[in-house]
Amino acid sequence: MAREIPYIAAVNEAIRQEMARDETVVFYGQDVAPSDEDPLVQAFGRDRVRVSPISETAEIGMAVGLALAGYRPVVELLMAEFMLVAMNQVTNEAPRLRYMSGGRVKVPLVLKAGYGFTAGWAGQHTGSIYSMFAGIPGLKVVLPSTPADAKGLMASAVRDDNPVVYLMHYLLVLEHGDVPEGEHLVPIGEAAVRRPGADVTIVATGWTVGKALEAAQALASEGIEAEVIDPRSLQPLDMPTILTSVEKTGHVVLADQATRHASAANIIAGEIVEHGFGSLKAPIKLVTALDATVPYSEPMEAFVLPDEHKIAGAVREVLGTTSAVA
Amino acid sequence: MAAKRQRGVAGSLDSATTLDLLRTMWRIRRFEEHLARLHQRLLVHGLIHLSIGAEGVAAGVCRQLRDDDEIYSGHRAHGHVLAKGAPMDRVMAELMGRSAGLCQGLGGSMHVVDIEHGVMGATGVVGGNLPMAAGGALAAKIGRRDRVTVVFFGDGAVQTGYFHETVNLAALWELPLIFVCENNGMAEFTTRAEHTTVGSVCDVVAPYGFDREVLDGADVAAVHTAFGRFLALARSERRGPFLLECRTHRRRGHYEGDPLAARSALEDDEWAALDPIARLEASATENGWIDEQQARAITAEADAEVQRAVAFGRASDPLTPAAAAELVYAS
Repeated sequence: MAREIPYIAAVNEAIRQEMARDETVVFYGQDVAPSDEDPLVQAFGRDRVRVSPISETAEIGMAVGLALAGYRPVVELLMAEFMLVAMNQVTNEAPRLRYMSGGRVKVPLVLKAGYGFTAGWAGQHTGSIYSMFAGIPGLKVVLPSTPADAKGLMASAVRDDNPVVYLMHYLLVLEHGDVPEGEHLVPIGEAAVRRPGADVTIVATGWTVGKALEAAQALASEGIEAEVIDPRSLQPLDMPTILTSVEKTGHVVLADQATRHASAANIIAGEIVEHGFGSLKAPIKLVTALDATVPYSEPMEAFVLPDEHKIAGAVREVLGTTSAVA
Repeated sequence: MAAKRQRGVAGSLDSATTLDLLRTMWRIRRFEEHLARLHQRLLVHGLIHLSIGAEGVAAGVCRQLRDDDEIYSGHRAHGHVLAKGAPMDRVMAELMGRSAGLCQGLGGSMHVVDIEHGVMGATGVVGGNLPMAAGGALAAKIGRRDRVTVVFFGDGAVQTGYFHETVNLAALWELPLIFVCENNGMAEFTTRAEHTTVGSVCDVVAPYGFDREVLDGADVAAVHTAFGRFLALARSERRGPFLLECRTHRRRGHYEGDPLAARSALEDDEWAALDPIARLEASATENGWIDEQQARAITAEADAEVQRAVAFGRASDPLTPAAAAELVYAS
């Protein structure tokens, strides 16, 4: 049965349920369960629920060793940027060991971090840095945009036999939504069509999914029906769902909170150009963050970020170009 | 170095252990000497780091471990891998890039994995293996198992953040982890004095207060005895960590083809004093455990095994691209 709970509660519920289901799941990280009264500690004990010092390279490196020894660690990294301290572990060890060992090992682990906290958290806590992980063979990257997906993708990430970078969006953590109570799995690598439409395809991730839906609603009053697709995972990337939509609409706007040249939109645009060029009736338009560090100042922050108005504007532009050509 | 001019070994070993250690060291020595030739003839390509001079550490440590004990190594790993029990033919095939290799030829010299023998892998990034090994030790602790994890690293790794983070966590969580440092005084191409003001690696970890010992790594008996003491504690009490700092000599360059290697080459008599094999052979001879003929038989046996390993590798093809593509993700 589903009931409304916040996104963050859905994430935690998945971790709790997976720990109850499988005793090889261990959860640790900075500031995780500092008190013995914590419900996770009460349920699973200090062996499996640990507070770690501020040592990202050791935290993530240990997760690799735990995984090789048969465990399924979930590491709390708090901020996506904190993974940058340990890029060797994230991009050069965890995802490469299976391949380099000729398939003799598997490395099931989850790196859980928040990202995109563009609410005055300034230049080092607001990044949408997922595409630097999405380009690494062996790594999976998921970006849940709803409470139900937050739960379902976490459960799938824990059960996956590969290292998964699980990025929760800090601007969504208090958003409420229907979440199934018991076991709920969302397959990694399946996009969700959030809104059907025949005129234009908007692909959006994370927080920009909501912005794209707001834009679609505004456009509907102008007689434009936008299809909004949420890939939910960047690696693997569900291109068939996106290409099917592009074939139908012939028009594409890609919304992404990342800076333009490090965006998922860039990767998706390249795939569409190579595999769906024949369907395109107009050039693809990207609505991304500007290629700048996210500024602290509130109006400046809004200036560099995509929003519903910029997305709607891009849709009008893409469709307008078509009518001009026609 | 204290070991200079020393002959024989200080510690006491029985004859069976002595012969086992000698055989192990000769297997590693002959394997690597032949590897250098194969590399020159391009039968083995890529980046190869030899451990000649440090075989005493590999043998003295690994021969006391069980198959389910884990070792993590670095870029100079052949000796550890062979001493831990990985089959030489499949190691050789791996280095030749063939599908019969332990990693189907996809890992190579720096990334040999043999799970069945507890060879958990090595890293090409200096220090990267340290936290992974701590994870292995944490797994044993959580699972209440008496398995022990050993991590090999050079003195160059001690200046990385990995080392400090791992030592802190291993001490904090009392992990059954044994740090084995092969301190050869060289970090890649430069000397220890150019990297740190701290004299010994044991001094670096002193504030944590765990058991540690610095010794002559060319003295296999000393390595065997000291490591055996740490191992017994780690296993029976399921705690740690421990640090064994072995002073060794790197006979070859940083990598095969290293143009700077000749600069520091030793005279033969100096090398004999730093060579763990020569030292143990001298002791074994003195004790009457082997004679010249038996010593020759041990090297001939090692040579024959190397030749069989090369033939095994040659008989195998490289993996196909389609088969390799299946290995990017676990399904």
